[in-house]
Amino acid sequence: MKHPILGMAAWLLSLSLPVPAPAQDLLIRNATVHTVTERGTLEGTDVLVRNGRIASVGRGLAAAGATVIDAQGRPLTPGLFGGITALGTIEVSLEPSTVDNSPPHGSDATDSPGDLRPEFEAMLAYNPDSAVIGVNRVEGVTFAMVAPSGTPGATVIAGQGEVARLDGRADAALPASRTLFVDLGSQSSAAGVGRAAQFMLLDQAAREAKPAGAMRDGDFRLLTPGGRETLARYLGGGRIAFNVHRASDIRQVLAWSARHGAKPVIVGGAQAPQLASQLAAAGVPVILDPFVNLPDSFDKLGASLESAAQLQKAGVSIAFTYLNDGTHNARKVRQAAGVAVANGLSWDAALAAITATPAEIFGLGKEYGRVAPGYAADLVLWSGDPLEVTTVAEQVWIAGRPQPMRSRQTELRDRYRPGGR
Amino acid sequence: MTGTAGAADPGFAADPYPSTYRPAPASPVLIRNANVLDGAGGRHDGADVLMRDGKIVAVGQNLAADGATVVDAQGRWVTPGLIDVHSHLGVYASPGVEAHQDGNEATDPVTAGVWAEHGVWPQDPGFATALAGGITTLQILPGSANLIGGRGVTLRNAHATTMQAMKFPGAPHGLKMACGENPKRVYGAKGRAPSTRMGNVAGYRQAFSDAQDYRGQWQKYERELADYESQQSGKRKKGDDTDAPPKPPKRDLRLDTLVAAMDGDIQVHVHCYRADEMAIMLDLAREFDFKVAAFHHGVEAYKIADRLAEEGVCGALWADWWGFKLEAYDAISENLAFVDAPAKGCAIVHSDSEEGIQRLNQEAAKAMARGRRAGLDIPPERAIRWITSNPARSLGIDGKVGTLEPGRLADVVIWSRNPFSVYAQADRVYIEGVLMYDRAAPASTPASDFLLGQPAAGGAR
Repeated sequence: MKHPILGMAAWLLSLSLPVPAPAQDLLIRNATVHTVTERGTLEGTDVLVRNGRIASVGRGLAAAGATVIDAQGRPLTPGLFGGITALGTIEVSLEPSTVDNSPPHGSDATDSPGDLRPEFEAMLAYNPDSAVIGVNRVEGVTFAMVAPSGTPGATVIAGQGEVARLDGRADAALPASRTLFVDLGSQSSAAGVGRAAQFMLLDQAAREAKPAGAMRDGDFRLLTPGGRETLARYLGGGRIAFNVHRASDIRQVLAWSARHGAKPVIVGGAQAPQLASQLAAAGVPVILDPFVNLPDSFDKLGASLESAAQLQKAGVSIAFTYLNDGTHNARKVRQAAGVAVANGLSWDAALAAITATPAEIFGLGKEYGRVAPGYAADLVLWSGDPLEVTTVAEQVWIAGRPQPMRSRQTELRDRYRPGGR
Repeated sequence: MTGTAGAADPGFAADPYPSTYRPAPASPVLIRNANVLDGAGGRHDGADVLMRDGKIVAVGQNLAADGATVVDAQGRWVTPGLIDVHSHLGVYASPGVEAHQDGNEATDPVTAGVWAEHGVWPQDPGFATALAGGITTLQILPGSANLIGGRGVTLRNAHATTMQAMKFPGAPHGLKMACGENPKRVYGAKGRAPSTRMGNVAGYRQAFSDAQDYRGQWQKYERELADYESQQSGKRKKGDDTDAPPKPPKRDLRLDTLVAAMDGDIQVHVHCYRADEMAIMLDLAREFDFKVAAFHHGVEAYKIADRLAEEGVCGALWADWWGFKLEAYDAISENLAFVDAPAKGCAIVHSDSEEGIQRLNQEAAKAMARGRRAGLDIPPERAIRWITSNPARSLGIDGKVGTLEPGRLADVVIWSRNPFSVYAQADRVYIEGVLMYDRAAPASTPASDFLLGQPAAGGAR
């Protein structure tokens, strides 16, 4: 099999991350371009990239001095969104010295039974050199939410996350994507803070954050001054992602959000299909894991492989994440999308759920997640159907720069290749 | 071999909780015109599969069978029923509440006397979802908190009210052992041994040494008993008074299991991630003269693929799980393919997951594609062995299931398309010729009692 990009190998090898050099113009010729726009899929199409952005998408494009790639008709998609992850903030999950995505708890900064720390920002810990990033990038994942993780029972409000661009740059965060994360449901119940307490804490926190709730000395307080400031910003129409599965909890989230002026995103949502019409009417998106079809908790009774298709059909915006280990295997969102298709979702909607739709959900829809003029040139050329498990990424570009198709895992592979030591 | 009927020992591998599984009567079924992967390395395009009396009769062209139910499989694929060698369904059942934590007897590092089957809850909803993914046989293992966690049980994936009614008739028990981080973390945190990998190995060695001693006590007792009985028969003829008979050793359930493993009556399955630790476990097996059936998880198995093949040890592996602990940091996507590559290589896709068990075919597909990209020739008829005949071999049931050879039990899956595709669905799943799952009539497969009447699961509100 002829490899379409072998010609680039020599200068690819000369690259090292991070890549500060200005991006060269790039012309990808003769691709099957899945634009994830109204233009749909375009066969035999060229994509011209200038200054890290897509300049044009069409037939017979030319550009003097551009690096030319012959896609040989292979599929080209936007870079994939890896879901809700801890990329760059966790290296090895069970090694506490490499885990940096949780707010402090057990401190006496507040009077809270736990610690509600909206001011916590996961991206402060982001390490662009994490080997976990490269493992996912070579599989086509070019951006992902780097989210905080609460400690069940201790932190109903886990803190803030941002979407990171995964090309090894230090300034990876996309500020428009900043989101507050709240954890609700049985995990905290199991740790002794039941649901009614969770919503009570949320309400109290919201009251503290409002000007009318100005604190006086000696008041019982859940939030630090920084926490109040942060939460106040989100209550003025900011985006709050709720990790929540049970329908009754999702109803409370919708009510709480309406009461306090927040814009909710449901993450998980195993029982969200029960509320599909309300979610659609309220314009509340759901970021779900299409693999979830078992009640691993009572919160997930009724979880089904058809959830993605049902939500989509009802008009809910859907995006995908892998809940089991969405950090090390953020790359699994692609298989998740394929599984959703096998269970009734349209192929186009499934690709959108790992590209354009999550970009939109996190305020990045005008620049990321599509192959269209003006969009960031974060692109993946695939060996075949991008949602198929036997397909691999041939080449990944971020901001128009070809990413080395190597990772710690490919280095190990090459060292131990049978007969090829 | 000890433990056989008539011996004086307690029957180290005896099973007082025998299988009551009986397949329903099966009328003959003729599957027509499918692309068949037979699990024995063969591919037969446009072939028929005939099953009768719960067994495979033939795979071939233009088969005929009077009175058989004919299933047109034009454009579809047929494989043996899938086998998962590593599941915790039933012992870590859904919902994963505290009451369902039955997989780790984490109160002592050596609990070889506990049996997973005594913790299996047959109503785990995960059995049915696994069936919809083509799983017909699965081994339920204890967890990996302990050095020696206890016995595993091989089950038929048949809806039943009791564990015994799922138990695979005649399948040997498994023995679950665990290397590395888990035992030393669990017991180190309790302030007791093992707290290091050194302590882990000392723990296995002491346990097996005790088992050798125990076996010796029983052998000595059997000799004394035989002497006694012959003396008695001589004395009876003379009318003498009897001497006191020899006293049997005190029965030790832990050591029963270890002796049965050393005797080869129990298949040894070792949770082990790192290549260097697997090599130590192979030496341990030599020291105490037992055989390792498979290393499970084996994230670094590719580093010693040749050694595993030479020693006839399977690698039961994931396609892509990694990074959750340091011993899982050196994963590669080609692990299964590299372990499969040597002449006698034995690669197995395992799940260890109620999610993964539903898609062993997709996990195999990922590994197959990665292997091909690394230059290995892995056709579908080879890769299907990773989820059929190879796990059957590691479970000691390879004469019964795992291939579509004539005489094998008729565990068969009809796939909507090439099973190495994310879009493939198991359309029909047969166990011993009985249709257990039909995608066209999913309600014909009983759901778990647990899901009945739950409004959120579609029950009455």
